[in-house]
Amino acid sequence: MFEARVLSAQKGEQWLFEDIGFKLPGGAWLQVQGDNGSGKTTLLRILAGLSRSPTGEVLWGGQNTRDEPQEFHRALMYLGHQLGLKEELSALENLTVAAHLAEQDLALDKALHALRELGLEGRAHLPLRVLSQGQKRRVALAKLMSLQARLWILDEPFVALDAKGLAALLLAMQTHLRCGGLLIYTSHQSVDMGAHPGWTLRLTR
Amino acid sequence: MNGFWSLIRRDLTLAVRHKTEVLTGLFFMVVVASLFPLAMGPEMALLKRMAPGVLWIGAMLSTLLGLPRLFEGDWRDGSLEQMALSPVGLVPLVCAKIVAHWILSGLPLVLLAPLLSLQFDLPTGLQGTLMLGLLLGTPVLSSLGAIGAALTLGVRGGGVLLSLLVLPLFVPVLVFGTGAIEAQAAGLGVQAHVSVLLAMLLLSVFLSPFACAAALKVALD
Repeated sequence: MFEARVLSAQKGEQWLFEDIGFKLPGGAWLQVQGDNGSGKTTLLRILAGLSRSPTGEVLWGGQNTRDEPQEFHRALMYLGHQLGLKEELSALENLTVAAHLAEQDLALDKALHALRELGLEGRAHLPLRVLSQGQKRRVALAKLMSLQARLWILDEPFVALDAKGLAALLLAMQTHLRCGGLLIYTSHQSVDMGAHPGWTLRLTR
Repeated sequence: MNGFWSLIRRDLTLAVRHKTEVLTGLFFMVVVASLFPLAMGPEMALLKRMAPGVLWIGAMLSTLLGLPRLFEGDWRDGSLEQMALSPVGLVPLVCAKIVAHWILSGLPLVLLAPLLSLQFDLPTGLQGTLMLGLLLGTPVLSSLGAIGAALTLGVRGGGVLLSLLVLPLFVPVLVFGTGAIEAQAAGLGVQAHVSVLLAMLLLSVFLSPFACAAALKVALD
């Protein structure tokens, strides 16, 4: 269970949003929508614990994520605008480092399978700088698919993906939800999450 | 601890694939140490007298040269966010970054120093003291410098600010590092100087990751 209570964010003198709260049970998704500059990324960074909200708190399993960060971070996978991948390293090396940072061991067959699913077969050992923007995003998505995390927080995950990449990501999201995972994402498009319960949060100023 | 070692290995791999960044600092040190004897002329007594100061200042500036890039790459590509969200914790990971930085910038200086000191006709006994001093002192430079790098992350013109912040903190290391060599040359023994350097090493290596992690969290917010 992931819970947010009375979160708010300020930009200069203006309030971006105030009094945001929700409860998200296992197997459910939450889509955050809003115009450019309405605070979607800010909200996601607050939820992940990268930024602070002047009010309220974020709870994971009933515990404040600021008090028990380790437990929360073990369950969390955050994908922001920047992918957190190194251009000089290959896809596989990047995944290995990411796995170790998440205190997990990378299952090689699982990682290769994820890369294959995302159409990166034969590119697992190339340095990332020779890949295209969309392919780099796919490597970041392969991270989601090959590591274990209960809570996914994804900022604009559909950007720069083609139809095939989109389909693979949707499938991964639905599998994640079916296994009881939680999903929070921002997007301007509406996508079909199947029968999984979910809500849309619209940020307006 | 897997994340700790993995991050050190990653930074070393990145350095091997991006050699210029590491070699710039080393090359700088070699140039500084080689130009002084040429400029001052072949007067042995003067060169011997200057050697500790020149070599230590070279080591200090060469460390300073690479500091602005310590966290910048990770900050730009989002790796720093991932480190802040890692269950390993930001403090051990920052510690890994500092260790990797020392292996890449400090350790080569320690190994290079005896070779460079030949140009100053430094006696063999003093070369050992120089190396010992650098071995204890360069990790202090790396860990104090990391605090400056973390504080100036994302600041425009941060390089200059970094030097202003960090150089005063480097001064005690410089004083005791060169002092050790002079004390030995005067036949006074190096124990006092080495003890002080060791104390600075323990204190800075222990405290600096906490300060860095706090500063990096502010930079990410």
